[in-house]
Order: sequence, then C-alpha cells, then structure tokens
Amino acid sequence: MRYFRFIALSLFFLSFSAKAQDLITFQNFEELNSYIQKNSEKPLVVNFWATWCAPCVKELPYFQKLHLENPNVKVVTVSLDFDKQVESKLKPFLKKKNYSFVTTYMADKKFNNWISKVDENWSGSIPATWIINGNKTIFVEQEFASFEELNQFVKESLIKLIL
Amino acid sequence: MKRIGFLALLMGVLMSFTNPTGYKVGDKATDFKLKSVDNKMYSMADYKDAKGFIVVFTCNHCPYAVKYEDRIIDLAKKYKSKGYVLLAINPNDPAAQPEDSFELMQKRAKEKKFTFPYLFDEGQKIYPQYGATKTPHVFLLDKNLIVKYIGAIDDNVEDASQVKEKYLENAIAALEKGQEPTPNTTKAIGCSIKVKK
Repeated sequence: MRYFRFIALSLFFLSFSAKAQDLITFQNFEELNSYIQKNSEKPLVVNFWATWCAPCVKELPYFQKLHLENPNVKVVTVSLDFDKQVESKLKPFLKKKNYSFVTTYMADKKFNNWISKVDENWSGSIPATWIINGNKTIFVEQEFASFEELNQFVKESLIKLIL
Repeated sequence: MKRIGFLALLMGVLMSFTNPTGYKVGDKATDFKLKSVDNKMYSMADYKDAKGFIVVFTCNHCPYAVKYEDRIIDLAKKYKSKGYVLLAINPNDPAAQPEDSFELMQKRAKEKKFTFPYLFDEGQKIYPQYGATKTPHVFLLDKNLIVKYIGAIDDNVEDASQVKEKYLENAIAALEKGQEPTPNTTKAIGCSIKVKK
C-alpha cells in the first residue's frame, strides 16, 4: 500500500517536471533570432508548424520524443498559427498535448520580411525544420515520417555542423 | 582535354541533381493540358488573345488556400476584363490528401461559383516543372509565357481588409506599363504539396 502511494506520488511529481511550457511570443524575426542567440549553449532543433497544418501536427510527437530522449539538443517549436486562433486553437491544443519542448508563437505575419532570413531556399511551406549550431545551420522544408527518420536527420545534421 | 570534357559533363550532371528545379523570373513556362472541373481540357494555347496568365496552385483542403479563395475569385473576375486569364491548378495527390479529389474539386467550384478553370494536375507532372512547393503559390506569365512574378497574392493572409501590398496586382500593373514587377518574387507560408509516399 505504502509502495503504491510512493509510485502515485512519484508520478504526480513527474507530471510536474514534464509540464507543458508557457507560450513565448516573438513579435518579429529579430526576437526569434535573439532567443536563438541566448540559447546557443547546445544545438537547437527549431520546427515551424501550425495547428491547421496536418502533417505538422502529425510530426510533433516525434519532436517531443527527440526532446525527451536527446539531451544534446534543445527542441524549440515555432507556431505560425493565425493571430485569431492563438487563444481559441493553439493554446488549447498545446494544453491538451502537454508537450514539454519549448513552445513559441511568431506574430509577424508579413512573411516576406523574414522567411528568407531563416534560409534563402525556404519557399514557405510547412512543416520545416531548422538545425542551428553556433553560426552554422541546416534547413529542410519537409516532413518526417517517423521519429527514427527525424532522429537520424538530426544526428547527421549535427555531424555536418560540428565538422 | 578529354578529361576536362568529362569533368564538365560530370559537373553538369551533378548540378542538375542539386539545383532546385522550377522556374525563376524570366524563364519560359511550359504549357499544359489539364482537365478542369467541367471535364474539359484546358491549355494556355487556347487563349489566343490573352495578355497574360495568372497560374495559381491552390487546393480545397489547405486553410491558407481557403483564406485566399474569395480573393482568387475576385482576381479572376477583375482581370478577365483586362485580358488576363486566371487558371487554378490543384497539385495535390488525392491518395495523400482525400479532400483534394477531383470530385471534391468539382463540388467546391460549384459551391463557390468559380468563374475560372480549376484544373487537376493528374499524375503531378506540372507543379514540379513550375517549381510550385505549396498552396497557394502564384506564377504570373506574360502572353509569351515568360514568368514575370512568383510568390504570394498579397501580404496579409488573415485579413484581406488589412492588406498593405497587393504583390500580384502590382506585378500585373507593372506588366501593363511594360515594366518589370518589383518585387518579382515574394515568399509566404503555405501548405506543402501532398505527394503519396
């Protein structure tokens, strides 16, 4: 009985440690960039997504798994949801999913101002993933079919970025 | 000498693999023959008197495309009288995105009373030649099918009343004056084109 209580208590605290993150809002690309600079102690895996983008939503659990299983990278998701759906869709979605990676929201919808600053080859489709190590980056405009595929891509990218 | 020739050939082959495909402004676009929601086949060659073509890769399912649907309908009407032909093409494979089937394209076109051809890129042969990567994705061509503008319709997907820059309309206005559009390329977010794996 006492043993069960211990497990229950542990689970209770575990659920706190894996608590969903607050939503950080970036007003423009410069704010996102300054966040990246401030959090550059380890490589960043930045994923651009939106709740309205079905393939994006499908691959989020792979990013959550990457976040939980790979302590060598910091996973940051950037939502491009519509302004009017932040309260009605984005926040309830994140609350329900309880993802513990960093969740952020990009408010600058003048996309032409900043898409090319992420990567000049990005045409603008999502999902898209950006791996950053110091001042070197790798960008892909594609979805990942599985966690394994994402994990492999991240591993290979880090080797390229470190070399 | 032979070796240089071989190296040049090898480089050419490698570059053709690594270069992103698709048109840049100034390229000549391919014509196509695609089926529209009225079951008829359409080509740009059918429009002998067109001053230009607005080729819009769009679809049923994508929320971004849906946000632009009414604007696309208005553009088709507005520019038809000025001699420009708007052709919408759905590039998605219904096997990957069932909402973008030909039958549902017909249904959507009827509901929204499309006045322009809504074409199905059967076999997904056309969108890769253009280099479309998402919906919506616009290519403005002059009457000789030279690409004059690639990108977004305007700078505000969420609210048509808050648009500051009408990129596509400005590009058409430049063509009317015999000028090159500025900007001639813009970027916006959109849904990736769906391909069956």
